[in-house]
Amino acid sequence: MKYLDEYRDPQAARKLLDEIRRRTTRQWTLMEVCGGQTHGLLRYGIESELDGVIELIHGPGCPVCVTPLEAIDFAQQLALRGDVLLTSFGDMLRVPGSQQSLLETQAAGGRIRIVYSPLDAVELARRHPDTEVVFFAVGFETTAPATALAVKHAFRDGIDNFSLLVSHVRVLPAMELLAQSPQNRVQAFLAAGHVCTITGYESYYDFADRFQLPVVVTGFEPLDLLEGILAAVTQLESGRSCVENCYSRSVRSEGNLIAQDIVREMYEVCDRPWRGFGTVPQGGLQLRDEWSQFDAAKRFNMNLSLPVIDDARCRSADVLAGRIKPTACEEFDRDCTPDRPLGAPMVSSEGACAAYYRYRNPQQVTSGG
Amino acid sequence: MLAHGEGGRLTRRLIRERILSAFGNDILESMDDAARLPAMNGQLAMTTDSFVVSPLFFPGGDIGSLAVYGTVNDLAVSGARPLYLTVSLILEEGLPIVVLDRVLHSLAAAARRTDIRIVAGDTKVVPRGVADGLFINTTGVGQLLETPPPGPTALQAEDELIVTGSIGRHGMAVLCAREELLLQSSLQSDCGPLWEPASLLMDRLGTRLRCMRDATRGGVAAVLQEWAESSQLTLEIEETRLPVSPEVRGACELLGLDPVHVANEGTMVVAVERDALGDALSVLHSHPQTCDAVRIGRGTERKLAAVVIQRGLGSPQPLDDPLGAPLPRIC
Repeated sequence: MKYLDEYRDPQAARKLLDEIRRRTTRQWTLMEVCGGQTHGLLRYGIESELDGVIELIHGPGCPVCVTPLEAIDFAQQLALRGDVLLTSFGDMLRVPGSQQSLLETQAAGGRIRIVYSPLDAVELARRHPDTEVVFFAVGFETTAPATALAVKHAFRDGIDNFSLLVSHVRVLPAMELLAQSPQNRVQAFLAAGHVCTITGYESYYDFADRFQLPVVVTGFEPLDLLEGILAAVTQLESGRSCVENCYSRSVRSEGNLIAQDIVREMYEVCDRPWRGFGTVPQGGLQLRDEWSQFDAAKRFNMNLSLPVIDDARCRSADVLAGRIKPTACEEFDRDCTPDRPLGAPMVSSEGACAAYYRYRNPQQVTSGG
Repeated sequence: MLAHGEGGRLTRRLIRERILSAFGNDILESMDDAARLPAMNGQLAMTTDSFVVSPLFFPGGDIGSLAVYGTVNDLAVSGARPLYLTVSLILEEGLPIVVLDRVLHSLAAAARRTDIRIVAGDTKVVPRGVADGLFINTTGVGQLLETPPPGPTALQAEDELIVTGSIGRHGMAVLCAREELLLQSSLQSDCGPLWEPASLLMDRLGTRLRCMRDATRGGVAAVLQEWAESSQLTLEIEETRLPVSPEVRGACELLGLDPVHVANEGTMVVAVERDALGDALSVLHSHPQTCDAVRIGRGTERKLAAVVIQRGLGSPQPLDDPLGAPLPRIC
């Protein structure tokens, strides 16, 4: 299939692997920021091929994983009101809240519907004027333009029964938090290709300079990932730390200006608690005051005063910050599986724990598969 | 109207004008409380299934043809010639009669095509909002062949695994036909009958055929998991051998699904003795429903995982249950 097969060619991948091994003189520690990259690395066996050559630490780039418990709990309250139809991407439904997941809320009578685009949620609002339709707006800079557009369409068409429960996050502030940490071991970042498609990578120049860390904009297919790793290793071996684009078929340095404009028009930067991370300064987006009528948190009086706490056994905070590998968690594949997850990273299609569970080596399977 | 299901004049009229005229045969038309069937030699096989697919009509099929082929295929892969079918309809009040007629004609056409006779049925109407348009239950009775395939407990190491067509077409066609998903595609469900190729296979292979299973909900992966459990073998497949059309692959990539987990409704997994592989493929290739059959893997002695898949560069990985969003109703 065009645009896929050429980036999955095993022979080309082997060549790149050989080149990475040849250039590497010591075991460097790289972080792939995005969970989609983590899944690619494990699905195609790149992680195990580079075992002992490069250490890959899995980053926090799983928007579903970092969505705060409070937001999930509030979404559940909305779904159970009766007059609200909560719409969401499918990924969000199995993520455990403090009591239950949205899927369980649905089984208990909550009104929840999976949509594939925020514009579908606007369409639902148009067709059901007696129902308050709320879209659970999670995601990085990649999904924010679409949710901003949804609000704009709703406003343009006079649809006043539509709102967003906004939990958008921004990736660069989280990378800064990681890089500043005294425990940081990451020596180079593979930046998330799809985020950079929107934001561009000019904002990374200052980051790379300040922390003296290479940043390589990297895609998601096996060859994309290997090229990203090779570029990072090449920089590290020659003592450089600059921003490099290895995903040029999708990313331009300035990004998508139209998407940036609409995000800026509707949203403003805010501090945001990330699940497992604590508050990330400037780590989120919220609707601007002039659009507050579309803000479900304001419309339905979301009460943020009650802090909720994750299951104490779950080490997702350590996983998301790259301090441990998912398999180092005592509960991995024991009390925590995708069917009965303790934390969000075991559920999401971008979660690191789910990636390790799904693509684990048969030798590591303890429960007999 | 609700009264159509209350057993009175309206019910009789619905049955006479709509249902009998579509399905008519002498057994059904006697309108007795129970169908009388002729005596038969040998063992019978019986199976039942309920169909709640949404939307009712999708590219390549509809709930009517699905309700026939689904049950026919369950008989076929068990080694039973499909003979009789019961059809129970649960109609949501307000279902347009033209929709009902279309489904009934599709049911009738599918029954004719598979040579199965509809001999009993029931119709209920439930209030609006209690059902989603139309639900169908079918029960099928078939005559078991003298030597049906022995089943997955007979699987042995070195046995070959075949899939009889490109996978994931039904699940993706239904998913893309849903109103919420504005994907333009030429996806067609594989919804179709498997009795003919199954019987050809049984004739040619005899005991060299281990087992067959239509890969419906849960897709090829679910069949392999069940077989691995029954046989205590490890089943190994290779991702690059799985037949997947560009349309299915594209839609799966977009939605983050793996075709190996996506439902089929006219495609089966077949396990045969190693030296019967060539014969099995040539039989399957001779029938239009299974002409794209290919080998996808084989059985081996039990290793740590039940089913493993070779993807990309690394060593084989356990094939897992699907993660992510649950699929909507597809059968």
